[in-house]
Amino acid sequence: MSARTIQGQKNLQDITTGSPHGIGGSPLRPDGTLKVKGEFAYSSDMWHEDMLWGMALRSPHPRANILSVDISEALKTPGVYAVLTHEDIPGSKYYGLEIQDQPALAIDKVRYHGEAIALVAADHPETARRAVKKIKVEYEVLTPITTEEQALNPEVHGYVHEPHEYKSHGSGNICHSQKLVYGKGVTDEVKALADVVVKGEYEVGMQDQAFLGPESGLAVPAEDGGIDLYVATQWLHVDRQQMAPVLGLPEEKVRLTLAGVGGAFGGREDLSMQIHASLLAQRTGKPVKIVYARDESFFGHVHRHPAKMSYEHGATRDGKLVYSDVRLVLDGGAYASASPAVVGNAASLGNGPYNIPNVRMEAIALYTNNPSCGAMRGFGAVQACFGYETQMDRLAAELGMDPVELRQLNAMSEGDYLPTGQQIDSPAPVAELLRRVKDMPLPPPLDLTNLDIRELPGALSNTSHGEGIVRGIGYSVGIKNVGFSEGFDDYSTARVRLEVIGGEPVAMVHTAMAEVGQGGVTVHAQIARTELGVEQVTIHPANTEVGSAGSTSASRQTYMTGGAVKLAAEAVKYALIEKGRKRYGWAQNDLNLVGGKVVSESAGVLVPMVDLLGDEAIDLTREHHHRPTEAFDKETGQGFGHVQYTFCANRAVVDVDVELGLVKVVELTAAQDVGKALNPLSVVGQIQGGCTQALGLAVMEEIIVKDGKVRNASFTDYLIPTILDVPPIPVDVLELPDPNAPYGLRGVGEAPTVSATPSIVAAIRQATGIALNRIPVRPEHLTGTL
Amino acid sequence: MRVTFTANGKPVEADDVWEGESLLYVLRERVGLPGSKNACEQGECGSCTVYLDGTPVCSCLVAAGQVQDREVRTVEGLTDGEELGLVQQAFVDAGAVQCGFCTPGLLVQTDALLDRSPQPSDTDIREALSGNLCRCTGYEKIMDAVRLASARKCQKVGTSE
Repeated sequence: MSARTIQGQKNLQDITTGSPHGIGGSPLRPDGTLKVKGEFAYSSDMWHEDMLWGMALRSPHPRANILSVDISEALKTPGVYAVLTHEDIPGSKYYGLEIQDQPALAIDKVRYHGEAIALVAADHPETARRAVKKIKVEYEVLTPITTEEQALNPEVHGYVHEPHEYKSHGSGNICHSQKLVYGKGVTDEVKALADVVVKGEYEVGMQDQAFLGPESGLAVPAEDGGIDLYVATQWLHVDRQQMAPVLGLPEEKVRLTLAGVGGAFGGREDLSMQIHASLLAQRTGKPVKIVYARDESFFGHVHRHPAKMSYEHGATRDGKLVYSDVRLVLDGGAYASASPAVVGNAASLGNGPYNIPNVRMEAIALYTNNPSCGAMRGFGAVQACFGYETQMDRLAAELGMDPVELRQLNAMSEGDYLPTGQQIDSPAPVAELLRRVKDMPLPPPLDLTNLDIRELPGALSNTSHGEGIVRGIGYSVGIKNVGFSEGFDDYSTARVRLEVIGGEPVAMVHTAMAEVGQGGVTVHAQIARTELGVEQVTIHPANTEVGSAGSTSASRQTYMTGGAVKLAAEAVKYALIEKGRKRYGWAQNDLNLVGGKVVSESAGVLVPMVDLLGDEAIDLTREHHHRPTEAFDKETGQGFGHVQYTFCANRAVVDVDVELGLVKVVELTAAQDVGKALNPLSVVGQIQGGCTQALGLAVMEEIIVKDGKVRNASFTDYLIPTILDVPPIPVDVLELPDPNAPYGLRGVGEAPTVSATPSIVAAIRQATGIALNRIPVRPEHLTGTL
Repeated sequence: MRVTFTANGKPVEADDVWEGESLLYVLRERVGLPGSKNACEQGECGSCTVYLDGTPVCSCLVAAGQVQDREVRTVEGLTDGEELGLVQQAFVDAGAVQCGFCTPGLLVQTDALLDRSPQPSDTDIREALSGNLCRCTGYEKIMDAVRLASARKCQKVGTSE
């Protein structure tokens, strides 16, 4: 790429910042200045001389056979350079994260509303839009498979993927399933031990990641026949791994550079426009940019699995859990995406952070003709948390116990076992987190004599002056794993270079980590400062020139790529000290790099690093592997399946306008153990942001799908929380180190998204007395006008 | 068509503009000002907020032809010379920027709020920013940033008077 042709490219070059802050401090983001100046180049900002605009034709039907596709009129449109169908794909026609079951362009049939069928490249987005409309597709429309009942009865309703084309491990319309039996399972003998039994059926709607930066990128054809792609993603190397076979190219000819990412939350784990833009660039020989509009974004990425869950808990009269019997049915939609791993999480984490001596669990993901579902923040642990936490509240009510005390009585702690048989071998302060949120001061009660109606439910709509408002309080706690599980070797790579620039030692950190907003680049610089005793750190653009950093997901990047930066920086430090030993004959074993100098704890300052380095650069690359895990047994769910666990507890205070069914969350408190806060400001920001997405799921966010069709693909109709909907979020951060993790840290991003939703629903339940077994809770659920 | 207007104090000219293009498209794709963002392009998210003759608008909802001979100020025009402007600096300092895609719109909207109301209450801030979606932060650090910018602005006014 020549720098002159892409505008606003400053974050595609090195960014150097100076700060005294190593880990534990909160230095400013290295990319912050570019972002507030509008100079940070997001993937949708990529621009190239002579570039074309790509656009996809998408299916209006959730299930149909394609009888014919006529592209002739579209091709004749002035300004159109190419129109492609699956017949034009040079390599493999399928891709997928875990199972390659998704065609890059539909082949003879469509399996969900919005599936891409054909591509257009044109000189203007409007030309492309018009050409897309001129593609004539003849469909034989079929009745979509949209429910569990239909999916599990293929003899009557048919298959989403025909048995002969089936690529998943399951069968019929089951994409993946995982059973689990712990203790004695659930038998008559076990059930007889319970004095009290609580049963419930729960439902979770389909949530969208709704990142603000739409799927987008620029594919530039290279002279060597390869493709240079500038893109917003969560994992550059797995994109490349999926792209190369489809493009008919060796991986080394598919070079990816991370452009600015406008949020991700799991929605960028799967490919969106990567293959499409590259195919068009290959065909036309010109750079091709694709930017989804918001409606296309709703069709262009997977969502959080909607769930139907059945929970039964038995307990003794004094509140000790005896058994749980659980079935979780997740709707995976048309293609597998991350469904198998989501199922694994749901099965292994779906009993919550509780000691339950006997467990029977089954989790399945279905293939249907609904939108595909896969990764979203909380990944398989979110849906179940709503189920088991609602059960805990109901059980407490049944027993006449305080709901927090019941949870604390059954809370797991270090040394206890999960229902997978895995022992928790680092701190698990579940009861303590609950105590902390309970002990925080409550917000003042509603004062009807001194009201600002903008703070009431309904807010700016002026719907209440205080009448009909009832306050409620609810609690919840949740568990999430960190890192990839079930035997996956989830490594990260980092390259660190130390050299003298302008008379000062400067560290450069180069990884392929996708910075999606979480602040990984800030933390990388802090780690380099801590390990190398420098102030100036350069963050190299993330690309595929260095080894994989794994995905920015599963709360894993600070642990995994942060760990790799630590290893590489330590290697550079040892190499520099070794150089000094050779030159100066140092014998001390207490050498370190501090404040730009080599320092001996006993002998003091030995030499400035600049003198020791001279003109030489030390440039080393290291991989960081977490401790190995193992697959869960298919029938019993037993196994050392997860790397690390993370816990968050919440208290929600809500005001409900019981006449209009409007909810205002007044305060949402969080307490979370983060092991070690490498950057306290970012840690709190992650927890607050995570709580907010949980708030969205509790009271507003749902993709409405009717007969397989998405009905609300816009920000007008799919609501995410605004600043009026989100209350103050006080955060209490615990730091109990995990001895297995770099610096003792614990992944942060997802636990609050798992745990916060049920606390809000519990608070609404307390205010209204309504059961509320489905989320999101909508006004009609509260007013009975459904 | 040709559209000429003032962007951040400088005259700009865009040729071959299709009549259906928005001001946002012209800024981003034709005149080299991609700072204003394209998150929804239907006036719901506020990411594309710019000043048009001094009033904050969603530039995705303004047709390119409507800006003929008018003045536009974007996030790129909020700097104080080479330095960050007061609102920009407060957003960086308070940790209000994560992915940053909503930030340009929030900066313009906050700048407008503090211009008309230098010491807004928390409820005033929430009302003023209710048209700007953020998906990362949970808004807490954005509240902090606006409070910080307000305090610094009042201090600055106090010092200069």
